[in-house]
Amino acid sequence: MKGLGELERSIMDILWAERGPMTAREVGRLIADRDLAPTTVMTVLDRLTRKGFLTRVRDGRAWRYEPAASRDAYVAELMLEALEMTGDRSAALQRFAQAVSGSEAEILRRALTELEE
Amino acid sequence: MIAAATLAALATVCALGAWRLTAARWTWRAPRAAILLWQSLGVTWGLASTGALLAYALEPFGRGVVHGLAYIGLHLREPHDFLRIGALMAGLALFSVLSMVLVAAGAQTLSARRRHRLLLALIARDEPRVPGVRVVDHPGAAAYCLPGLRSQVVVSAGTLRLLSPDELTAVLAHETAHVRERHDLVLLPFAALRWVLPWSKTVHDAHASVALLIEMAADDRARRQCSPKRLATALLRFGTAAAFATPHGALGASTGENVMARVNRLVKPRAELPAHVRFAIVAGSVILTASAPMLWLLPN
Repeated sequence: MKGLGELERSIMDILWAERGPMTAREVGRLIADRDLAPTTVMTVLDRLTRKGFLTRVRDGRAWRYEPAASRDAYVAELMLEALEMTGDRSAALQRFAQAVSGSEAEILRRALTELEE
Repeated sequence: MIAAATLAALATVCALGAWRLTAARWTWRAPRAAILLWQSLGVTWGLASTGALLAYALEPFGRGVVHGLAYIGLHLREPHDFLRIGALMAGLALFSVLSMVLVAAGAQTLSARRRHRLLLALIARDEPRVPGVRVVDHPGAAAYCLPGLRSQVVVSAGTLRLLSPDELTAVLAHETAHVRERHDLVLLPFAALRWVLPWSKTVHDAHASVALLIEMAADDRARRQCSPKRLATALLRFGTAAAFATPHGALGASTGENVMARVNRLVKPRAELPAHVRFAIVAGSVILTASAPMLWLLPN
């Protein structure tokens, strides 16, 4: 059986790929790992909801789950932080280097050409 | 009066020293020693400025700062004239603001990292070409490490396309150096100090200087394992890869200068500061760091 983290990933991938909210049973059917207990799927869906990655609505006796934001939105969030563009300039990450603005980029480009000759 | 006056002088010396050090360039020839000096200046400035106020306030009791505080705390005594009461209040306030902001900055950083780590777990993938490195599918150029007990090195798909294999190795060696030396912990107090004194140019410059020195220290460590020239071209390629339309004010004005400074260090390395000079800097830093706590204990 896969680890819980791996399972969270697969379930998010399934929900991102689907259009519209799904029940735990529907999600379970799409998971490659057939030996998975239905309660495990429910547990992971619940965890993801608590972490804020899923939202859920009642549908009869079951819950229907849906991603809180698209995958692209999360990728963008990561990249904004990675490129130090969130504005708070926190010490959360250690970046290799950042892109520079117009005239400075020209100086760097020239230096790069020189170095590569 | 001696302790209060000495502590006040020490705080002034630290502030002046920090101001001078922001403009210094010799630090680039010994980044590690310079980082240590910066840390001791920061700690000593904090302890000396609060200590000067407290030492003045507690002088009538003749017990020094540490024992004086314990004394008034235990016996519920207070100084009798207003100037000393004012100094006591100011000293305690400054001390608690400095320590609380440090804790708050640490907590904020930890929570930002926790969120980042959660997102990475859901989104980043492994790439056989770069084992142990997390890859985020985005065309922009980014390479960074997420520090912590289990640090992660992350690159974007754009980075994998942008760099040659040798350059990528160099970048990863640089990031691994950050991870290994826990540079995030070095930078944290300086980032926190910017919250307390956002208008101070010296504090701003001090943070920028330390940030640059940390990059240089990581460059130095990386170049032991990879070609310095490849690290330099990787830096330049990163600098010119404007993948995003940059929001106004998001980038520091000196970003380009910093990149060039690092590149020049890599391709035209100047000799490292001689060992005895570096030793003197380290010894000086240690003595400086020890001086403020000693003065806190001095009875008068």
